[in-house]
Amino acid sequence: MSIWRQLTHGLRSLVRRETADQEIRDEVAEFLDEAAAELVSRGMPVEDAKRAVRLKYGTAQGAREDVRSFGWEATVTSVLTDLRYGMRLLRRTPGFTTVAVLTLGLGIGSATAIYSAVRPVLFEPLPYPYPDQILSITDRNEDGAPLPVTFGTYRELVERSRSFQALSAFKPWQPVATGQGEPERLEGQRVSAAFFEVLGVTPALGRGFDSTDDRPGGPDVVILSHGLWRRLFGGDSTIIGRHMQLDGAAFRVLGIMPPEFEHLPRHPAHAWALLQYDASLPSFDGREWGHHLDVVGRVQAGIDADAAGFDLHGIAADPIPERPRPAWASMDQGIFVRPLRDAESATARPLLIALLGAVTLLLVIACVNVTNLLLTRGVRRRGEMAVRAALGAASPRLLRQLVTEGLLLAALGGTVGLAFAWFGVGALVSLSPPELPRVESITLNAAAFAFAAGVTGFVGIIAGAVPVVVIVTGGNLRRGLLRASRRTTGGHMAARGALVVAQVGLASVLLAGAGLLLRSMQRLSDVSAGLDPSDMVVMQVQWAAHGSDANAVHRFYTQSLAAVRELPGVVSAALTSQLPLSGDLDMYSVQSEDDAQLESGAPAYRYAVSPDYFATMRIPIVRGRSLPLTANPASPSVVVSESLARIAFDGRDPIGQRVHVGRPDLPAYTVVGVVGDVKQASLDAEAAEAAYVIPGEWYFADAARWLVVRTEGNAAMLIPFIKQAIWSVDSDQPVVRIATMEDLVVRSESQRRFALIALEAFALMAMVLAAIGLYGVVAGSVNERWHEIGVRSALGASRRRLLAHVIRQGMILTAVGILIGLAAAAIASETMVTLLFGVSRVDPVTYVGVALLLMAATGVATWIPAGRAAAIDPAHTLRAE
Amino acid sequence: MTEHRTDVIQGTLDLLILKMLSAAPLHGYGITKRIEQISQGVFKVNPGSLLTALKRMERAGLLDSEWRNTEKSRRAKYYRLTKTGRRQLEVEAEDWDRRARAVGRLLKAEA
Repeated sequence: MSIWRQLTHGLRSLVRRETADQEIRDEVAEFLDEAAAELVSRGMPVEDAKRAVRLKYGTAQGAREDVRSFGWEATVTSVLTDLRYGMRLLRRTPGFTTVAVLTLGLGIGSATAIYSAVRPVLFEPLPYPYPDQILSITDRNEDGAPLPVTFGTYRELVERSRSFQALSAFKPWQPVATGQGEPERLEGQRVSAAFFEVLGVTPALGRGFDSTDDRPGGPDVVILSHGLWRRLFGGDSTIIGRHMQLDGAAFRVLGIMPPEFEHLPRHPAHAWALLQYDASLPSFDGREWGHHLDVVGRVQAGIDADAAGFDLHGIAADPIPERPRPAWASMDQGIFVRPLRDAESATARPLLIALLGAVTLLLVIACVNVTNLLLTRGVRRRGEMAVRAALGAASPRLLRQLVTEGLLLAALGGTVGLAFAWFGVGALVSLSPPELPRVESITLNAAAFAFAAGVTGFVGIIAGAVPVVVIVTGGNLRRGLLRASRRTTGGHMAARGALVVAQVGLASVLLAGAGLLLRSMQRLSDVSAGLDPSDMVVMQVQWAAHGSDANAVHRFYTQSLAAVRELPGVVSAALTSQLPLSGDLDMYSVQSEDDAQLESGAPAYRYAVSPDYFATMRIPIVRGRSLPLTANPASPSVVVSESLARIAFDGRDPIGQRVHVGRPDLPAYTVVGVVGDVKQASLDAEAAEAAYVIPGEWYFADAARWLVVRTEGNAAMLIPFIKQAIWSVDSDQPVVRIATMEDLVVRSESQRRFALIALEAFALMAMVLAAIGLYGVVAGSVNERWHEIGVRSALGASRRRLLAHVIRQGMILTAVGILIGLAAAAIASETMVTLLFGVSRVDPVTYVGVALLLMAATGVATWIPAGRAAAIDPAHTLRAE
Repeated sequence: MTEHRTDVIQGTLDLLILKMLSAAPLHGYGITKRIEQISQGVFKVNPGSLLTALKRMERAGLLDSEWRNTEKSRRAKYYRLTKTGRRQLEVEAEDWDRRARAVGRLLKAEA
């Protein structure tokens, strides 16, 4: 009841402020009039009565103020007054307002954009019902590095482990969908039946996989993502139970996943089919014992990753006779278990943390800058404050007014910042490297808005309150009143100097980070990929027919290659099963034939290539000769890379050595040549062990192959003609992943380039902000010392001396800031070591460069006010006194 | 010459207002006048504190108010006790009595 009355009465006096105010006026006036009238009625003259009343009861003004300040609505009113006053001030100083709002906008906008990008990966749990219970499980190679799991190992873990509710193995699957318009390659996964049980999500329509179908020769069934279902079938729910054509086979559609379902493990996927490996593990030779599967598992409630890891390690260390293991899947290095969330963000994490750190620095710089601007203005307003205090304004009231102004400025900055963030998020998504998980969930959503609002409030309070503290502690307001008309400098200059030092320091850290990345990129561009990427166009061709024989596959590729070679403008063309820097990672164990022990095998990239591959890619043949033109499966040949030759043959002449590649039960390959090393994974990767064979001498026919074409120039122009040539052989085969080789070289560095672009942008903004800050301080000090400088000039100080005097002041601040900043950068660069290549994190060239750049920028910022100081007309100053 | 303090004892203004209004509705100056008369000038109430207190008590539901003509036919805001206000007066008066007697006993006691 009482609260209700509080609310309604308060609201009434807020809404009808004029009436409410008039009522207070009337009531007070009536009170005083009555009092006076009474005195008059006792015979006192009117004037005397009025004076007596005033003496006894105080002024009407005072009484009105007392009554007005009652109730919550009075607080609202005074805040509104503060806001209006603040607005008026901001409008009166458009230059100041623009600089401050843009500065805050840049800071808040960048921070919000980066926060939006890192939030799904760093701060959010996986979008599954039991996010913490889902673990990623991998085998380990001899170095302890993660290695894909074999199906045999997976089966043994499923049967022997007690910690998991469900385990599932899966591998990428890119089927070609036909029958709905143009053939289209889908991103999918082949999974073992428990996959969706592990993630804890069931299809929204239809049903999930049946474990009895997960066997060789089991029925072809598929589950689709909501998005793909909408796109291919327009959301038609009668598709459940019907068939669709994938890789030329009819797949029955089992179910549709819910719209919000996101496939996170490894690559995004929109279609899922069953793995259908043979759980009886008939022999060590089949695909069941190849290291190519990912495994995820959901632990039982109450069991954590460590306990589950302990369980699996126990199994790894304790082989049992019922479950024989081949040497290459012996698990003797143990099993690697970590939360899926960590596994997914492992590659992107250093990048994201570096970005988050950088943008925090930028935000701090922006905040410092605005604080500094407000401080400059606050000092100028010290006179005003003192006058207001003298007229009876309470100190908390003045403090509140300044903080209100800070918040107002921050709110404007935050609004501008959201606009910046909107563009920023767009830019981040379009530049994002493929390693960045969950790119689809990077949006400017409610969480981002909340973040921006929080940052805005924080910045506003800091920017509003710091000047107050500095002004109040730098001399009390009474002294301010005395000073209001004087031109002396106060202790606040020290505070402002400190702020500038902080700004320059922070900017140095950012510039050093950007500089180190820039140098890394330069170093990388000097690294040779081991091939000549110029004027090359590449594309992956996919043999989409299901279950056809190897000869048909070989025939199709041989004929396609011949057709492409006929094209005008084509210098040479070749085929390969995997392409350097394309993201393909196809590895097999290579071991010497005389080695009885299987353990001695070295992992190497395996390429099934047409014999002219080396000539087309310009990979130098260092020794021996290229691969044979015709296949002789009884006595196959292999070409090895220099690095493989070095480690596999103990210094013996590699030519003529006989090795097994992959399956030791097949005839050994004879080494016929050695070629230069090629970067397969990325430019900064060390591993380049490679074994090249011809398709006819490999034990299966690779269905997907890259066509690499060297052209006479303008490679991209030839793309449609090359596609036509392939389709002239068979028009049903999709051509995908078309690129120029130069693009691939650039793209393989996209994560580092992404970091570089973002850091460069932040560093440049930081430098500009620092320069603005320094300009503000020097200009402010020139303004305040206008009088002093005029007097000096009148006393004969030369223009040069005055210039030098002002510039020295700016340069000392800068130098101190740079020194502190570079020391901090040397420490902070630790976080970005994994992004660097070929440069030390304390690279002297970078650090000296940063110092010079900042000196130059701040030099300009001090020169302008210094010039103004030197131009002060002494006569003018003295007259003003 | 010693100046006598004329401020109302802290916390008793509300009680005094309730008591003054218990007989008949009064306007602001009327309340002040009655307090001054009955206390024989010991207490003086200035309009700032009085009108603020009236506003607060009205919001708390202890008082009602309306604009009326005075006997001298001027317009003034008259305050009147509500039922709640009357109950509050009883409670507070009793409380004050109890406490005043206690203070009296304490001052008379041999320390």
